[in-house]
Amino acid sequence: MQYINLLYILSTVLLIIGLRRLSSPATAAKGNIIAACGMGLAILVAMFDPIENDQGNYALIIITLAIGSVLGLVFSKKVAMTAIPELVSLFNGFGGACAVAISIIEVYNFDAATSIGARATTYMALFIGGVAFTGSLIAYGKLSGKVNDWRSGISSYFNLIWLALCLGLIGYEVVAMGQIEYLPLIILAVSLIYGFTFVLPIGGADMPVVISLLNAFTGIAAALAGIVYDNMVMLLGGILVGSSGTILTVLMCQAMNRSLINVIVGGFGGSTASAAG
Amino acid sequence: MLEILDYLKDNVLTINLWIITIYLGFEVISKVPTVLHTPLMSGSNAISGIVIIGAIILVRQSASDDYLSLAIGGLGIILGTINVVGGHAVTNRMLEMFKKK
Repeated sequence: MQYINLLYILSTVLLIIGLRRLSSPATAAKGNIIAACGMGLAILVAMFDPIENDQGNYALIIITLAIGSVLGLVFSKKVAMTAIPELVSLFNGFGGACAVAISIIEVYNFDAATSIGARATTYMALFIGGVAFTGSLIAYGKLSGKVNDWRSGISSYFNLIWLALCLGLIGYEVVAMGQIEYLPLIILAVSLIYGFTFVLPIGGADMPVVISLLNAFTGIAAALAGIVYDNMVMLLGGILVGSSGTILTVLMCQAMNRSLINVIVGGFGGSTASAAG
Repeated sequence: MLEILDYLKDNVLTINLWIITIYLGFEVISKVPTVLHTPLMSGSNAISGIVIIGAIILVRQSASDDYLSLAIGGLGIILGTINVVGGHAVTNRMLEMFKKK
């Protein structure tokens, strides 16, 4: 049992091969299955991996895994083919929410011995996961027609200021460490709001690009959480999704003959800019 | 500032891995054809559900009377599993549609 975490290496390799095959038409279906095997193996290893301060709680883990699997299968079987992109966005939001859930608990588990670097890493996982979560929900809402496009001339300035507020609060909390009890919850709230305001001004037709970008964010949040737990498969899998998701986002923008900045900053003369580009 | 440099110094291996894996991610999908953009996005979205490992570790490390940690960790596992299982299942459906063509 003590050597079981060596199997993490195998699951990392499976994830890389799976992603590679997914990017070529002839092998894509097999690639998806290989990646799924890698994920399954990683989850299995995570359950039996020898860790410090192990309390078990296997009943809860198995029940929640079962509930999540059933819900995931039901969602993916029931969805209409045309509604798949919005479902992917919803799934991505759930992944971001998972990153938020674990990092908010870890933030409250900090003690005096926690280094600045570890605190900063956890807060960045919280922030990026939070943006991926609420941003994906808005993208889902826009694709399914529940959220209308809303745009105002000040929205990109507002977003810059709000981003500075998020990072400033995180910087203050990382340095001041836990002097204000509710500050982590305030950081959580401003991060979640940033996810909303980040995606809200972007046009509904650009949502696939945004989903790909938010998917990369979830990957980065997973990688940061991997540093927190000192877990290599989370770290490598997360960065892999983070970097390949970023490149995929850029490729999708190129396919539309636009730049990523142009998509994110939104409709400010979007059509003229794309004509010029 | 020194504390941050110390943290980076103690994690040189992680930083190296980080850089190499970024390039690996770029290379692995750099030749993807346009028709595969959406399935690849969906497949890599399922892989980003790897964050569920963190939720499992969190629940395993929570004391059995720490109900807040257990509840939020359990919720994290449910959400993460939906992302992983649903993501791979929906990618599979999409790719089956490609085969028929």
